[in-house]
Amino acid sequence: MTTGVRASRKDGQGHEEIRAAVSDLCSRFSPEYFRRVDESRGYPEEFVDALTRAGWLSALIPEEYGGAGLGLTEASVIMEEINRSGANSGACHGQMYNMGTLVRHGSEAQKRELLPKIASGELRLQSMGVTEPTTGTDTTKIVTTAVRNGDRYVIRGQKAWISRIQHSDLMILLARTTPLDQVRKKSEGLSILLVDLRTSIGRGLTVKPIANMVNHETNELFFDDLEVPAENLIGEEGKGFRYILDGLNAERALIAAECIGDGYWFIDKVTRYASERVVFGRPIGQNQGVQFPIARAYVNTRAADLMRYQACALFDEGRPCGAEANMALMLAAAASWEAANACLQFHGGYGFATEYDIERKFRETRLYQVAPISTNLILSYVAEHVLRLPRSF
Amino acid sequence: MNIAVCIKQVPTRDWQPRVNDGGTWIRDRDVTFETNEPDAYALEEALRLKEKHGGSVVACSVGPERVAQVLREALARGADRAIHVEHASVEASDAFVIAGALAAAVRDERFDLVLTGLQSDDQGFAQTGVVLAERLGFAHATIIMEVQIESSTVRVKRELEGGWFQWVAMPLPAVLTIQSGINHLRYATLKGIMAAKKKEIRKVAMPAGLAARQHIVRLYAPQKVKRTELITGSPAEAAKTLVTRLRETARVI
Repeated sequence: MTTGVRASRKDGQGHEEIRAAVSDLCSRFSPEYFRRVDESRGYPEEFVDALTRAGWLSALIPEEYGGAGLGLTEASVIMEEINRSGANSGACHGQMYNMGTLVRHGSEAQKRELLPKIASGELRLQSMGVTEPTTGTDTTKIVTTAVRNGDRYVIRGQKAWISRIQHSDLMILLARTTPLDQVRKKSEGLSILLVDLRTSIGRGLTVKPIANMVNHETNELFFDDLEVPAENLIGEEGKGFRYILDGLNAERALIAAECIGDGYWFIDKVTRYASERVVFGRPIGQNQGVQFPIARAYVNTRAADLMRYQACALFDEGRPCGAEANMALMLAAAASWEAANACLQFHGGYGFATEYDIERKFRETRLYQVAPISTNLILSYVAEHVLRLPRSF
Repeated sequence: MNIAVCIKQVPTRDWQPRVNDGGTWIRDRDVTFETNEPDAYALEEALRLKEKHGGSVVACSVGPERVAQVLREALARGADRAIHVEHASVEASDAFVIAGALAAAVRDERFDLVLTGLQSDDQGFAQTGVVLAERLGFAHATIIMEVQIESSTVRVKRELEGGWFQWVAMPLPAVLTIQSGINHLRYATLKGIMAAKKKEIRKVAMPAGLAARQHIVRLYAPQKVKRTELITGSPAEAAKTLVTRLRETARVI
């Protein structure tokens, strides 16, 4: 349900039917529900089920494979509305974009077999295994290997910060299939394998959860001669790095939209509070010292919103959007953090009380300046690839 | 079972009402609209009856271009098609005009059931359904909490005051005004929204000769007044007086 506050503003407009429907679904889950999930470090199973059943997480899957065949723009609106409602897309956004690798590079047989099941939610493909303990953004240096042995690949190595493993059936895994010293370019020799977690955990794959600041399910993975059928290779062997990069722009634009949803949530919350909270005989929102940080956060959220739409439009037209997707993420993550700070500050002590939900959203939105990519790496990307400055690392 | 559901578009509940310059209605420039809540329950009930007995569900609304939004929402939830009676000055119309327009739009379709919400969240007159029944010459019942179809009759459970209910049977076709909470509302699915784009919204003109018989003279927010009364007497007498005041004057206990 769209709010009255929004009616007098120009944000959160376009795709009204999607917004109203997602917002209506989210409104069936109370703030107490998300608070309970957060406090128990649980997974919002019922919420994710409802989103899946209503088809929201399969928006990007082509219609012929059981999805809605929508563009990244619409998908980003879905994510924005989830976060704007007070929920956190981090529990399920992997299901929205991880299958992109399969759609773009999978074989017809793989797509026919898996995509309809992912669209219906029968299979969850929510995890992508790329990051390693010793290799963060320097992806080509990953040391996890997949060695072909007959009709199988044998995987050895370790991954870290791999999200939603405990709530996924499948994972997209990046591993080195040709040693680094035997390839012409370091980006070659990496391959993507689809790992069936249901048959792998305990049989060569060990999962160790990482307790962390937010209620985000993330893990260390240990591969000890895990065998994966060779037919689970996605696309061509050795081209996995490029395949992964293709998917990252979608991920960044979607997470930018989540930050924008967070930003508006904080702004709506603090605006309401500042208008109602009376101190020294007048609402605190009458003071410019309170107004300006909120207004500034709103300005920055709106600006990030425009960059998000530009990134999505380019993606949907099949044009390069690396710079825009990264810039959208950086602007949006900064804006939502700014809005979060203003919201917490002007609620005073109440901002720290769990029942206001601000401290939870505050923790959740902070993540996006670190993951899926550190904002410093976005700046170095722009410096090198947009401004053509000398490579810094 | 062919069912028409009448839906009104009303301002969202969290909108802070502002009165228009003439003081006769709200200033609707900045308003976000949504489906009137009891009408959403009426639609849900119609969809459930269709799932059980077959047939079709047609959503109908009277109003300007913006009401297409609630019709599209109804289509996304599962209505088969929609009828939009185009009417620019809906705010100047009373239940007589709206029911007349709805009656003209649905009369030829020979619906078995016409469902409306019990009342609207904005004006709350609760008249459209019953006037519509009269205009169509259909049987009707109000404040419905359960609907059972038995071949050519319908049995309904009406909500009375004080936690009482009443079962009533009547022949079809009939008009029922549905109470909120009769069922659990489904939410629109993405597939539903996509499918709705291909469904028909038939636009029809307002029938001629309908004039409102009721006019809103003035709309205003109740004025808050503060009054202090000191209750004197012994503690026991004061407590007794306080309880009486709270119960009978303030009506809060």
